[in-house]
Amino acid sequence: MAHPLPSGNSLARLFLPAWTIAVLVFLYLPIILLVVYSFNNVPNNMDLSAHWHGFTLRWYRAMWADRLLMQSVRNTLIIASAVTVVSIVLGTGAAWLMHRFVFPAAGGLQTLILLPMIIPEIIMGVSLMLLFRAIGLNRGYLTVIIAHVTFCFPFVMAAVQARLAGIDPSLEEAALDLGATPIRAFFSVIVPYLMPAIVAGGLLTFTLSIDEFMVTYFTYDARSMTLPILIYSEARTGLKLTLNAVSTLFIAGTVILVLAMELLRSRR
Amino acid sequence: MEHMVEVQSVRKQFGNFVAVDGVDLNVRAGEFLTLLGPSGCGKTTLLRMISGFETPTQGTIFLAGRDVTRLPPYRRDVNQVFQSYALFPHLNVWKNIAFGLRMKRVPSATIKQRVQQAIGLVSLVGFEHRKPSELSGGQKQRVALARALVCEPKVLLLDEPLAALDAKLRRAMQVELKRLQSRLGITFIFVTHDQDEALVMSDRIAVVNAGKIEQIGTVGEVYRQPKTRFVADFLGAANVLSVQVLSDNGMTARLSCDDSLVISARSGQLEPGSTATICIRPEKIRVSRSRPSGDCAFEAIVGECLFRGSSHQVQLTTGDESLIATIPCQGENDRPFAPGEKVFCQIESDDVIVLDSANRHSIEAPGTPRSQERQEVK
Ligand SMILES: Nc1ncnc2c1ncn2[C@@H]1O[C@H](COP(=O)(O)OP(=O)(O)O)[C@@H](O)[C@H]1O
Ligand SMILES: [Mg+2]
Repeated sequence: MAHPLPSGNSLARLFLPAWTIAVLVFLYLPIILLVVYSFNNVPNNMDLSAHWHGFTLRWYRAMWADRLLMQSVRNTLIIASAVTVVSIVLGTGAAWLMHRFVFPAAGGLQTLILLPMIIPEIIMGVSLMLLFRAIGLNRGYLTVIIAHVTFCFPFVMAAVQARLAGIDPSLEEAALDLGATPIRAFFSVIVPYLMPAIVAGGLLTFTLSIDEFMVTYFTYDARSMTLPILIYSEARTGLKLTLNAVSTLFIAGTVILVLAMELLRSRR
Repeated sequence: MEHMVEVQSVRKQFGNFVAVDGVDLNVRAGEFLTLLGPSGCGKTTLLRMISGFETPTQGTIFLAGRDVTRLPPYRRDVNQVFQSYALFPHLNVWKNIAFGLRMKRVPSATIKQRVQQAIGLVSLVGFEHRKPSELSGGQKQRVALARALVCEPKVLLLDEPLAALDAKLRRAMQVELKRLQSRLGITFIFVTHDQDEALVMSDRIAVVNAGKIEQIGTVGEVYRQPKTRFVADFLGAANVLSVQVLSDNGMTARLSCDDSLVISARSGQLEPGSTATICIRPEKIRVSRSRPSGDCAFEAIVGECLFRGSSHQVQLTTGDESLIATIPCQGENDRPFAPGEKVFCQIESDDVIVLDSANRHSIEAPGTPRSQERQEVK
């Protein structure tokens, strides 16, 4: 229960705002620093000195010239897009099949599919690496995409299942009754009905894939290196300000995605 | 005459439970047939076998002479109006109505023309661009109707389509539906548990009980000549009595309930000494203070007297029997008889309905919830 601030209590009146500010600073100071420094006009890229040398967009320009960096950004976006598409197809399909048909041990199946969402990522990563080696699948885009999909598509499935729980069973029957084959009924009536859940699950998948590190680490190769992996490997030798610039752009992108999701949810 | 729908010895089992139990039903082209019965008696299941959403366990269904028993719904020339309307929420009124024609790949110029026509038919001009969520219950109902009718089905199936509407709108829609049906000449199979609705709208009524059709006939036949106690009771209130047959001269039978109540009925097939079940409609009992001339009058004591707007409902006791009579309101008399008053009752022999002797003993007392005591198959 929320209580109004006790007006007479000066301790509470001082302490609570101070506490709130401290928490917010703790949460956001690192990000704010990262963003601010991406505009810092220091003499060279590796100079992480804390002094403010004035505003510049230099690092945003320099970033385009860094081929390795650009390659990893492209990889990240390609992989995230592919993972999103595959997860939507798998997640929506699985949710529909489990809703529409009676499976033996449906509850158990459901748990088995959702489990990768909570299995420690490092275990997922190691076990996928072992699996790919066992079946002779070389590390590359495909292995990273498969690895991401295993823990991303359950999120889509869960979102779609939540929406299916409230569907009127007559909706599909009405489509069949009006001459639609089961497949056309699915695409012309069920998919539009599920669209808000599909979009929400897809956005979530995209953001999960973009910043995935652990599972990627065990499944990528030099060509398919993603941005989180690049940042990690560069951080060992010293960070660059061009990374701040890229990161700032990613933060902006993520904020936009999250806002889009919120907007979608509030409109439903 | 060619039958539009022929249902032949159809049976449907869900596990051990028999939902439809050997139904034979012929629906004529262009008629308005109502399946009437209490909730859980199997009406929806029967309808869903005609539309193709359920497959019969046994039996055959013909549509316009063609065996459709195992055909999926999208290959049958029937359309259904669902109780929940089941309008597609992401499509506006126009696109909802056009859906069936699109699925059948009708040329778009034809679609345009037929959808327009259908919208006019159900008086929804001006609502074409509304989404279902922006419509009232009655308007949704019309969209559902137009969406089915625009496909020009051989048979339109309606599963309690008016159940969700309020009483006034419901009565208006009953009239409108009936009018639409006679104008278009499409065969309607209408499901309801509401006897008034069935009487207002139907050409013929099939009374369904416990998965079986108890009686089928025109509205007048089923009301005036119910064959079983169940039908008599379900269609309008009825006084059902067990009587002894005193005599039967081939024209008139004399029946007695107990010593004080002797009535005569028109019938020639009753065996003196046997028992029979009769039914008397409450409006057919004439009640008066003075002893009427003629036969078949008996004394009764007035019990409760209820005012029903256009009529009074009077409870009468004679001997061990209790009867209900309705008498039309006359003048400004709030209460035609006082409780405890002694009155005379008269019943014309034409108004005594002798129920089918074949069914007489198998039908239980009215008012018992039949759906629960349905026998299961071992
Ligand atoms: N899919 C089903 N599985 C099991 N039982 C069912 C199914 N559909 C209907 N029933 C049962 O069959 C009986 C008849 O149902 P229904 O045809 O819906 O009756 P009505 O429409 O007359 O109310 C009910 O007791 C219902 O519980
Ligand atoms: Mg029903």
